[in-house]
Amino acid sequence: MQTLSRLLSTSAAWLLGLLWILPLLYAVWAAIHPGEYATRFDLLAPLTFDNFTTAWKHAPFMRFMLNTVIITGLILAFQLVLCTLAGYALARMPFRGASVVFGLILLQLMVMPEILIVENYRTLAGLGLIDTHIGVGLPYMASAFGIFLLRQTFRTVPQDLEDAARLEGCTRLGVLWKVFVPLARPTYLAYGLVSVSHHWNNFLWPLVVTNTERSRPLTVGMAIFGAPESGVDWPVICAGTLIAVGPLLAVFLIFQRQFVQSFMHTGLK
Amino acid sequence: MNRIHQLYAWLMLLPALVMLFAFTHAPTLSTVWHSLLSPARGGRPQTFAGLSNYRMMLEDDVFWQTLTNNLWYAAGTVPSSIVLAVAMALWVNSGMAGRTLLRLAYFTPTMLPMIAVANIWLFFYTPEVGLFNKLLTLAGQEGINWLGDPKWALRSLMLMTVWKEAGFFMIFYLAALQSLNREMYQAAELEGASCWRIFRRITLPLLMPTTLFVLVNAVLNAFKLVDHLFILTKGGPNNASNLLLYYIYENAFSFFNSTYAATLTVVLLSILILLALVLFGLIERRVHYR
Repeated sequence: MQTLSRLLSTSAAWLLGLLWILPLLYAVWAAIHPGEYATRFDLLAPLTFDNFTTAWKHAPFMRFMLNTVIITGLILAFQLVLCTLAGYALARMPFRGASVVFGLILLQLMVMPEILIVENYRTLAGLGLIDTHIGVGLPYMASAFGIFLLRQTFRTVPQDLEDAARLEGCTRLGVLWKVFVPLARPTYLAYGLVSVSHHWNNFLWPLVVTNTERSRPLTVGMAIFGAPESGVDWPVICAGTLIAVGPLLAVFLIFQRQFVQSFMHTGLK
Repeated sequence: MNRIHQLYAWLMLLPALVMLFAFTHAPTLSTVWHSLLSPARGGRPQTFAGLSNYRMMLEDDVFWQTLTNNLWYAAGTVPSSIVLAVAMALWVNSGMAGRTLLRLAYFTPTMLPMIAVANIWLFFYTPEVGLFNKLLTLAGQEGINWLGDPKWALRSLMLMTVWKEAGFFMIFYLAALQSLNREMYQAAELEGASCWRIFRRITLPLLMPTTLFVLVNAVLNAFKLVDHLFILTKGGPNNASNLLLYYIYENAFSFFNSTYAATLTVVLLSILILLALVLFGLIERRVHYR
């Protein structure tokens, strides 16, 4: 009875796992076979890399990839600085109105920039930043989630450490840089991973604010690439998709253990 | 000294606060203001129009449909992805062989952009050659027009969302499971409690705080996630799979009616804030027994 239920549970787990990985496996299958095998599964079907070359010629993947890297890097760099400063002030510098400020910051957890696309588009147009990398990044640079996470982490740093550093003649920013930032490394790592994967995959806001290849990230490029009007067939779309997600997937495969563990260490639960 | 201290704190907060004000608070307020204006037509400037946009909204069948769709979408995707996430976390946390591989499989959809996977799913859903209909035909069933049939379009979107979200929520449950106290389980096993009983009496209650956190995320996501609509259905057929945020996008950037888009945004904002208050209220009350 026990073994039977264990067997059932194991097969259910694997069946689900197979279903979850199936779309990716299918994409690989379709991408490395000629078009007529996209729907016919034949183990002896000839292999080909034509789909990849067609896809590569069809869309400027390098440009999209570069744009995505620049945008996510820009956002992350600003987020780390802004959230560190704000998180430290909220955690370690009691001032009048701190709780009101904190409440105003947390509001962004519900009111994400995506929801305010119309107004934010107006603001960006007013600043003349439509179709620029900085324009895609700007609304996300002050992240309530990051401020909250760092505030919680900084609060756990012992007061004695801070006092000792102050006695040694460290300035406030010096203490922040030499004591708090190193101690919060796991939080930074976890937050960095979450932020990068979020902005790498983000679509709606970049779609609205970019309109040429100059600034378009991969997601927007892929949506245009996969649209029926673009006249590309399935295997090529699959190949293009694989080209686009390949680097991210590779990074994830290499770092997946750290990725999962860093989630656990920060107490994101 | 204290003055300087206060000044210092404000200076450190300033960059973040300026950004938050510019891209969260100010646009929220101006959305409310714009929802009270009449749309600019033919060079005529916008004028104050009171609640006329809201009146128009109440009579707009498409608005009601997107709202209903969104509620169904939340009701359909949130519980099922949470249940699946718990099951997945329990599986990969047990001593099962190959659990690293399983964890990878479950988590892959989370890693990939919604747009990329929607491109692939679009093919699964294609009526003539798509994988789903091939399977149905093999089973002797008639094929379904997954994305073209108003009855199925929203369900097809929901199916893909569950697939996309369950693995993400699994990570949070896995983290929670790994931090649970082993001794309690050993004690329960010594007393001969069955697996199911241990799960219901120990694991499930201890996972409550995680569940509430995941619930907040899942519900808010159900109102924010529209990427797949751009690829799969564009809200169609005949708005059968249209959701609130996509309808806002359509009004602003396809129909160029930004005041009506603002009105709809106010509704979406109210829903999100109301939901968050209810859910955070729940968390406040429940989290203490941890």
